[in-house]
Amino acid sequence: MLRYVIKRLGGMVLTLAFISVIVFVVIQLPPGDIVTSTLERMEASGMQASDEYVQNLRARYNLDKPPYLQYLSWIYNFVQGDLGYSYIFSKPVNELVWERLGYTLLITVSAVLFTWIVAVPFGIYSAVRQYSIGDYSITVVALIGLATPNFLLALLVMFFAWEWFGVSIGGLYSVEFRDQAMSLPKLLDLLTRLTIPASVVGMGGTAVTMRILRANLLDELNKPYVVTARAKGVRPVKLIFKYPLRIAINPFISTLGLLLPTLISGEAIVSMVLNLPTTGRMLLQALLAQDMYLAGSFLMLLAILTVVGMLISDLVLAWSDPRIRYE
Amino acid sequence: MSEAVLERPPDSQDPIAQVAPEELDLLTPKQLAWRRFKRHRLALVSGGVLIFMYFVAGFAEFFAPYATTYRNVTAINAPPMDVRFFEHDGTFHFRPFVYGYDLHINEETWAREYSENPEKLYPLRFFARGDPYELWNLFDGNLHLFIAEDETGAGYIHFLGTDQLGRDVLSRVIYGGRISLSIGMLGIGLTLILGVFFGGFAGYLGGWVDRIVQRMIEVLQSLPTLPLWMALTAALPAHWSSLRIYFGVTIILSLFGWTALARQVRGRFLALRNEDFVIAARLIGSGQNRIIFKHMMPSFMSHTITTATLAVPGVILGETALSFLGIGIRPPIVSWGVLMEQAQNYQVISMTPWILYPGLFVVIAVMAFNVLGDGLRDAADPYNTGGL
Repeated sequence: MLRYVIKRLGGMVLTLAFISVIVFVVIQLPPGDIVTSTLERMEASGMQASDEYVQNLRARYNLDKPPYLQYLSWIYNFVQGDLGYSYIFSKPVNELVWERLGYTLLITVSAVLFTWIVAVPFGIYSAVRQYSIGDYSITVVALIGLATPNFLLALLVMFFAWEWFGVSIGGLYSVEFRDQAMSLPKLLDLLTRLTIPASVVGMGGTAVTMRILRANLLDELNKPYVVTARAKGVRPVKLIFKYPLRIAINPFISTLGLLLPTLISGEAIVSMVLNLPTTGRMLLQALLAQDMYLAGSFLMLLAILTVVGMLISDLVLAWSDPRIRYE
Repeated sequence: MSEAVLERPPDSQDPIAQVAPEELDLLTPKQLAWRRFKRHRLALVSGGVLIFMYFVAGFAEFFAPYATTYRNVTAINAPPMDVRFFEHDGTFHFRPFVYGYDLHINEETWAREYSENPEKLYPLRFFARGDPYELWNLFDGNLHLFIAEDETGAGYIHFLGTDQLGRDVLSRVIYGGRISLSIGMLGIGLTLILGVFFGGFAGYLGGWVDRIVQRMIEVLQSLPTLPLWMALTAALPAHWSSLRIYFGVTIILSLFGWTALARQVRGRFLALRNEDFVIAARLIGSGQNRIIFKHMMPSFMSHTITTATLAVPGVILGETALSFLGIGIRPPIVSWGVLMEQAQNYQVISMTPWILYPGLFVVIAVMAFNVLGDGLRDAADPYNTGGL
């Protein structure tokens, strides 16, 4: 197991190194940089910038160095925890990202939990009662859930919450708690409100996992050992839960890794619609304003979140299935 | 294959099983695939729905009653109209008609409110001459599937309502389909090229090429796509024309979708490399290109192409999301995502819920592609002998 962990950790570091290059290239892609856009703004307001000023500006943002040196200094500082400085908010990136990233993590984890809580029972039902009306209804709902854009779902939920219950579900806290310090009622309020983004973000993933679980369980239920057990009179519930479900749920853990990028993507856009204080909106702002340290940090941190999540799911899988460890 | 058929109970309802085994042996792989596909009824229906959607979008100028830029200034944010056969007083009309709008200003909220005006009765005219257009920028025309007009030539029809500038939502949905659906198709093409290229190289050459491609796939699959798409489309220069942006967005959306396909192609190449017929071809001195293109590719290409259809939903949903955020397709080109850009908060939606209609078409198209893709993949899988 230890050897496997070390191997996977090494792979993760390599993957992250590749990703950091991609992220750096992507945020460098737009023509112009923060200096040219600052100058444009100055010229628009009638100010003239001297050459010396421009050079100072370039030197301050490290823009006078060749790209690979810029990359190295960026990644060197990043690893040491210095994420750079945000031009549009005039604040160190460190002060801006962590709280938002925390909420992103919170919503993503809740979405994973939602996925599991919903997908497992419905997946089992679908498999055990194959081709029943219930199975077909679940399949149809799953298909629709898979085909609905996340943001549309969020808009619809908001709309109906407003029309039917007169509740505004935007934001993470109800109005009366917004300026208060954290307390037990506030925490409960947060948890109730979390169910909405969690279910919206988790919808597509739930549909996928449910289908996978159904297919796996069906394969398993047709195997001779299950038939034998049934013939010997094992109670139906025990028959499903004792072995078939445990085997069927295995690929379930591995798909979690594939699901994470989708969930984090979904979270970014859903939180914009639902007005949640997470990474989405600020990332968009940073990208449009070419605020490269802020945008780069967000992209990099979201990628780290995904990769670490995938690593955890791989490790859990290896722990639960010895065949993978000894491969 | 024929053994499997013989094992089948004779009373089976399966249409394929009712074919005599000798006849089944004579069918070409394509005919077998078609038979398998036909049994998947939902996929068949999805295929029909998609053909219909592509047809309507292709001839958008004819099917849409108005152009995308047409503005009905007497109907701003007007609700969808009901097509009727009976007047309020019960008079029956053989020709369906709509009632025109009456505008009131709500004295309390100062919102515009529309009601039906029984005085303004606009009968529907089919295959009628209306707004002039240029079909595909090539042919002049003014024939529309339907318009609404009374004897005096007055009248309008907004089957799905109008937006905040008085533009017809249905017409814009039809034109938007042209962009959203064609992005899906272009997406398949690019996905196929990238997937077959990288997957083929990795699988055929093996060794360090394979390792690099594998690592690349791993990296791409562990990236959260939407933030990266956002970064890339936000990087498209602002001075680009809408058409260039459209191609740019398509390329960006396909850049990350090819990994699953490449994995599959690689797997097939690896599996085929040591098959007898490939070794035989090599032994009689066939060149590498001939082996790849004449012998290996045909044995899995149909399956690969159908798998590529499964990448379409991702592309369509991606375009919709990006355009909704205002960084995808840019006006004056309309796509389903662009149309929903107005619906940014629930105040707007609760006043004009009909501007979400484009979303319904996104859901239908994506659902149909998902089901069709599943059906095609199962049908084109040469190893799927289920029911044969």
